[in-house]
Amino acid sequence: MAAHAPTTTPAEPAGAGHPPTRTPPDEVARRSRREGRAYRRAPYVYIAPFFLLFGAFGLFPLVYTVWISFQEYRLGGGDPEFVGWDNYVWLFGSPSFYNSLWKTLTIGLISTVPQLLMALGLAHLLNMNMRVRAFFRVSMIVPYATSLVAATLVFASIFANTPGGLMNVVLGMVGIDPINWTNGNWTAQIAIATIVTWHWTGYNALIYLAGMQSIPKDLYEAASIDGAGRFRQFLHVTVPGLRPTILFTIVLSTIGATQLFTEPFLFGNGAEGGALGQYQVLTLYMYNIGFEIGRLGRAAAIACVTLIIVIALVLLNTGLAFLRTRDKSQPLLRRRRGASSKKVSR
Amino acid sequence: MTSTPDVRVAAALPAATAPRRRRRAEDSAGPLTYVVLTVTALLFLFPFYYSLVAASHSPSDLYDGTPPLLPGPQIFENMRLALEQADLVAALGRSLVVSLAVTATTVFFCTLAGFAFAKSRFRGRNALFGITVATLTIPPTLSIIPLYVVMTRLGLVNNLMSVILPGAVTAFGVFFMRQFISQALPDELVEAARVDGASMHRTVFAIVFPLARPGMAVLGILSFMAAWNDFLWPFIVVRQSPTIQVAVAGIGAGYTPDISVILAGTVLATVPLLVVTAIFGRQIVGGITAGAVKG
Repeated sequence: MAAHAPTTTPAEPAGAGHPPTRTPPDEVARRSRREGRAYRRAPYVYIAPFFLLFGAFGLFPLVYTVWISFQEYRLGGGDPEFVGWDNYVWLFGSPSFYNSLWKTLTIGLISTVPQLLMALGLAHLLNMNMRVRAFFRVSMIVPYATSLVAATLVFASIFANTPGGLMNVVLGMVGIDPINWTNGNWTAQIAIATIVTWHWTGYNALIYLAGMQSIPKDLYEAASIDGAGRFRQFLHVTVPGLRPTILFTIVLSTIGATQLFTEPFLFGNGAEGGALGQYQVLTLYMYNIGFEIGRLGRAAAIACVTLIIVIALVLLNTGLAFLRTRDKSQPLLRRRRGASSKKVSR
Repeated sequence: MTSTPDVRVAAALPAATAPRRRRRAEDSAGPLTYVVLTVTALLFLFPFYYSLVAASHSPSDLYDGTPPLLPGPQIFENMRLALEQADLVAALGRSLVVSLAVTATTVFFCTLAGFAFAKSRFRGRNALFGITVATLTIPPTLSIIPLYVVMTRLGLVNNLMSVILPGAVTAFGVFFMRQFISQALPDELVEAARVDGASMHRTVFAIVFPLARPGMAVLGILSFMAAWNDFLWPFIVVRQSPTIQVAVAGIGAGYTPDISVILAGTVLATVPLLVVTAIFGRQIVGGITAGAVKG
């Protein structure tokens, strides 16, 4: 795949092995002209592999999805055939589509909201001065570093409906009857949200931690002179200061939630998302239609609609945050800029 | 594309080497902080422990209502069964090949492109970089259908190249290396090399690569982890010659899924990653925290 790099590389060894002092003047001029050209061309050579590979396997597929979504295109069979909006008409008439849209939303909410709130609290604690801080910080990324396959399989056994399912045994100890985690509607969604939360909380906590460390300490001093206790400082200095970071994690969690696949797929071991489709999210639905039923055109239509939803959600999140920032925290932001003008890099 | 590090990491690293900012006077942690953090750490680590425990018991031990909390004697037996049901050794080998190839090409190409975007002026630079950044927000999962069609046309289905090629370079990596190089490499150094008559390529190999090594290391670790852990795309495109995640997921698909055998498989698949995390934990945390969006 690197084959094109050498062929387009102009005069690679030319500049090397030069004895600068003894080169005749015309030779110097020629070389500098040649090197000037090489210097101008080099950046393109350096970005070319990225744009070629990424274009072929990243950008092009995205555009190609739109094209496929207007075709009747069957897995392993024949040439695609143009069918106009048929795939979209089918999609918007499909009850499973609305179900998966709804499940994506609910699982997204019950995994993202607790996840980000816990991450915020953890970041606050991690920001304190303490021993073994490095250990705690590294322990945050252990779930992130492990694979979703392993995590899901482990959690699936913890949430198992068999008498030995750990979660139910623990609940039994506090007097709660066994819960049918895999087959219930909300219970299955909660179990899946638990896996997601476990995987991402520590990661988000580290992002918040990084954001917290850039909040100028003068603000805390000012707040404490004004008589604000720790909790009020957290609420009125830390949280507003973290607003861009929080927005950022919300946007990324939103994108992540629309991509949820491994957890629901392996939790019930199948693309139907549970017996009642109780956790059939959009990506699972797309996979099911595309690769199990074999209708790639329809699956591409699901992908396109999902992408539009993602873009809409991201714009919505950004817009809301922007409005709020303008309304409320203007004085604080201004004060903050004034207090630390040299640190506001962007 | 599907095996890039998660987009969250991508955008989390806009200024990976931003100079450490002044930190506020930190409160000292009280005992409650230690308790909460310790409990959290235990919760984060517990699934690993439980998979080890469950993987070391016979399946019937896990069904009878009193799940064991201490390791049992059967770990090797279960691992043997896991290896028997899915060709995990071959799968581990494939994952290693894929992950190393993806890591090497990603680090190499992304460093080159990152250097170009960071240190040279050329026509279309801003537009091209803008495109690169914009693609970070696109969910790669949504491209798997056309990507599968592309791989079918190229005849690469069930060939490891179909996993390596889309991961061989990432927008995230370019973005990351650009941030790193613009901070870690003074413009004067590049200019000095040019004045001294070094060619651009010589500059890259003699100056950029050595100085960018810390950034390349972080990108390498993240790329390796992402490639190793990727599931959906390999599951679709190399099902006949599965990578380790696909193989492990496949153990449970048999008609008698034994939890303890499945978990023995996950232990096998996870151990390499835990080793990487244990060794490079600080770098990973550093990479994530060094420059997450700061107000």
